[in-house]
Amino acid sequence: MKKFMPPIILAVLCFLPLVGLSSYAMHILVLVIMWSIIGMGWNLLGGYCGQVSFGHAAFFGMGAYSSGLLYYHFGISGWWGLLVSIPVLTITSLVIGFICLRLRGAYFALATLALGEVLRVTAENLVKFTQGDLGILIKQRTWVEKTWYFYVILLLAAGSFLLVKKVMESKLGYYFVAIREDQDAANSLGINTTLYKTIALCLSGVLTGMAGAFYMNYMGYIDPTTVFPLYDISIVTVMVVMVGGVATYWGPVIGALIMVFLAEVIRSMPKIGAAHQTLFGILLIFIIIFLPNGIVGDFRKITGLFKPRGALK
Amino acid sequence: MSLLQIQHVSKRFGGLAALTDVSYSVEKGKILGLIGPNGAGKTTLFNVVNGFYPPTKGEVLFKEERISHLQPYQICKRGVGRTFQVVRPLQRMTVLDNVIASAFLRAKDKAGAERIALDALQFTGLYDDRSLVSKSLPLGKRKKLEIARALATQPEMLLLDESFAGLNPFEQNELIDIIRKVKAKGITIMIIEHHMKVIMSLSDQVVVLNYGEKIAEGTPKEIGNNPLVIEAYLGEAERA
Ligand SMILES: Nc1ncnc2c1ncn2[C@@H]1O[C@H](COP(=O)(O)OP(=O)(O)O)[C@@H](O)[C@H]1O
Ligand SMILES: [Mg+2]
Repeated sequence: MKKFMPPIILAVLCFLPLVGLSSYAMHILVLVIMWSIIGMGWNLLGGYCGQVSFGHAAFFGMGAYSSGLLYYHFGISGWWGLLVSIPVLTITSLVIGFICLRLRGAYFALATLALGEVLRVTAENLVKFTQGDLGILIKQRTWVEKTWYFYVILLLAAGSFLLVKKVMESKLGYYFVAIREDQDAANSLGINTTLYKTIALCLSGVLTGMAGAFYMNYMGYIDPTTVFPLYDISIVTVMVVMVGGVATYWGPVIGALIMVFLAEVIRSMPKIGAAHQTLFGILLIFIIIFLPNGIVGDFRKITGLFKPRGALK
Repeated sequence: MSLLQIQHVSKRFGGLAALTDVSYSVEKGKILGLIGPNGAGKTTLFNVVNGFYPPTKGEVLFKEERISHLQPYQICKRGVGRTFQVVRPLQRMTVLDNVIASAFLRAKDKAGAERIALDALQFTGLYDDRSLVSKSLPLGKRKKLEIARALATQPEMLLLDESFAGLNPFEQNELIDIIRKVKAKGITIMIIEHHMKVIMSLSDQVVVLNYGEKIAEGTPKEIGNNPLVIEAYLGEAERA
């Protein structure tokens, strides 16, 4: 049964646009799927390999700008960004890895946080190259309808899901988890921890960057504060995975679903709208205390709440 | 032939001399017991051999090659496996996955790694516990898991750091059998141990450290009669 879940869900999603959803509903779906990919990327590095990053906006923004700058400087389709973001993000990840991966735990998290901010400020100030705060606008969107964007991001998500699964079932996956559980022990068991942390970082960066490249093409406009923000991207990425379930295949998907819906609901409330960060903060504390393994990780605990008493083991 | 040579190794932590000019070698196929009171520098010596700390002075040779500038994973690749005094299994992994993770070092693919891992589990008597989460194992089995993990890297030399501490007599005897079997496979062993009975019955050669210095070396019998050793241990007993 479990084995058939991914193809069944994929098939259902493929047919969804045919039932005639509103443009708004399609938009939400696209966002959910995009956030799933970012979450899967973060999960590889933070969830499985144990290197918690608070700077994933750096990857997202680099991907978005790869796409935007290709269009802006060379006049070619922004979709090339999806391909170009792979080498760009690999290099970005190598540089970030070189700086941050020698640090451990909270120090690594703080260093990634700082680097994300550094990239935002850089994008704001390299005005000649990036147009700074003016941002980049793609004048002609590829499609008017959301349907094709939906299929593109769905394909990317399916690919990412498969990639994560393949990686985690291979030697790489075992090494990532070994590093998460105990770096020194892993090292003395023959695992080149620096090398494998760097590989996790590159994979993570590339997945997140491709989501960024998609975002550029989908939204048609980016500027430094929308693609490099500390809160709206870096922190929300961590929340997506924590809410859904760290180090689980479906965690990022469930987390993205909940976070995107929650953001929409909260934003639409007239008085609370502006306080959505506060509400997210409270939600995060709640999750950490009651569901430390996220919704997927603590699924038994949640279903247990609804069972009649006594049925609990 | 000596497999491992420790040559004039000193290790300082700031002002503290944890090891001072320690030299000895471990013969291929033999068991060397490393003893000494608490804080004598035994674990530090393992950490130097295993690559966690570079020595402040001196060097370590393994199969004639200088390894004291290498990283732990490189030293493991060259054939030195180790266990930790404070057991460090990969908590949230199953017993089998723990061992598979280290078996990948010599395996071509996952099936190969699984084969090596299952062998190591069988060898250490953990086969029936293979699908348990490591965190849930009792101490005795965790110590065995440490050994299984190290064996799965197919070492030529195994460093065992107080594998017997906290075990009951029955588990101790099981472990003695396992270590004898490891030796029978041709694997050279250096073992840190407090239980004199264990050291005396297992070791071919014994080295005694006290305050970071080597104070004696010899067969178990010679060591048992050495006045310096008796003093070091009696001294500790009096302080305790
Ligand atoms: N990383 C370290 N930093 C500072 N001092 C250390 C470190 N590791 C060990 N020591 C000190 O070195 C001495 C020897 O410790 P250790 O090798 O653990 O002794 P043993 O294993 O023989 O009981 C002790 O005084 C200990 O406090
Ligand atoms: Mg010790």
